[in-house]
Amino acid sequence: MARNDTATLFAEGTASTLRLIVYLALAATLMVLDHRAGYLEDLRRAAGALVEPVYRIAALPADVARATRNAVVSQDTLARENRELRDALLLAQAKLNRLDALVAQNARLKDLLDAQVSLGLSVQLARLIDVDLDPFRPRVVLNVGSNQGVTVGQPVIDAHGIMGQVVEVLADTSIAMLITDPTHAIPVVVERSGLRTIAYGTGAIDRLELPNIPISADVQVGDRLVTSGLGGRFPAGFPVGEILSISTDASGLFAAAKARPSAALDRSGDVLLLRDQPQPYGAPAPIDEIGPPRELAGPAPEQKATPRAVSGERQP
Amino acid sequence: MSRNRNRTWFFAGSLAFAFLLQLMPLPQSLLPLKPYWVGLVLIYWAIESPEHIGLGFAFLVGIAGDLLIGDLLAEQALRLVIMTFIVLRFRARLRFFPMWQQALAVLALLLNDRIVVIMIRGFAGDPMPSLSFWLSPLVGTVFWPFVFLVLDDLRSRLRVGDS
Repeated sequence: MARNDTATLFAEGTASTLRLIVYLALAATLMVLDHRAGYLEDLRRAAGALVEPVYRIAALPADVARATRNAVVSQDTLARENRELRDALLLAQAKLNRLDALVAQNARLKDLLDAQVSLGLSVQLARLIDVDLDPFRPRVVLNVGSNQGVTVGQPVIDAHGIMGQVVEVLADTSIAMLITDPTHAIPVVVERSGLRTIAYGTGAIDRLELPNIPISADVQVGDRLVTSGLGGRFPAGFPVGEILSISTDASGLFAAAKARPSAALDRSGDVLLLRDQPQPYGAPAPIDEIGPPRELAGPAPEQKATPRAVSGERQP
Repeated sequence: MSRNRNRTWFFAGSLAFAFLLQLMPLPQSLLPLKPYWVGLVLIYWAIESPEHIGLGFAFLVGIAGDLLIGDLLAEQALRLVIMTFIVLRFRARLRFFPMWQQALAVLALLLNDRIVVIMIRGFAGDPMPSLSFWLSPLVGTVFWPFVFLVLDDLRSRLRVGDS
């Protein structure tokens, strides 16, 4: 044993400094390369057959626990929950009926205005796989992947608002970044005043930050934030959050607000992936038929501005 | 022969279990408390059976961790290599420490690991994490005696009759 001790104390064993330096250099190189080019996603996709089952297995205990709770939950609770859900459904149904009328009215008005923007919604249901990748980088794992037609960048929403966006797609699994991720920013507009700004994630699951609002801007506690559709990633009009507090930032030049996300980021089990790509934004295209009907006006003008082309030019 | 195979399975199994624990969901409020299970198990093996654990092995475990959990390739590889290096260097002392001293050493290792994480993420351009970032090493220290005793117990059961 004594000999063994000296061996580890003074000999350069498996833990020689040279080896350490080699491995550190290797790791640093890999990190820099990955940071520049994002090889990890490719690698993870290649190893998807190995990675995906591990996610499923890690989520098993939580699923089992939930199933058990459902199985042993009392009749009372179930009945109450059922009643609550029925009430909620009734309310939602009533709202929907009114909405139908509004949609019809909206369609008529839009026909009148000749607007190109449609609010049609094509979504795909997904379920969260209950694993936790890193408490300080809020990510969620979804049970749909490229086999189900998911692509990087699709917005993820739940019943209450925007949750995040898909950042990585494996074969049958995808990983979404939440809007509260410290590296995430989402363009929003204050619903009441129409002020456009950007909401950043803070890393805390229930806080968003709006650090650069002009000091004179019209923002109040309780204002609702919805997506503005600028930037072209999230479609316009989805709830993002609600302003909780407003203060001036350190420099005193801007107001900084804190907001609470509307989506139930820590509770949602089922989420929706938006299928449509964001609608073209900006003013409607100029109407190219002004004047006499075409058959009377002779040959058609050369350039015909299509709305898509116009909005495409405006994209940053 | 079969004892040897048993030990290999146990060795691999403990690491796989650590990864599953690492992925395991927790209630939101407990999330920042989650200890770095993979690190703890690797420290145990580096102390108890250094002939199986080299820096290369730690590197590979780290790459596997990055594939599963990571955001940046080789981040965990770097962390585990540093951790393993320190453990292997001070193994002769760590091994015969009383449990509370060992736990303190593990706390130092885990805190050092957190500093490495902050450095890496700082270089990658991530913002500073909140204060609760520093809670995980403390929880890891509290869990260390249990990890050590459970693994030690299972390991001695697997090689009954072996001197």
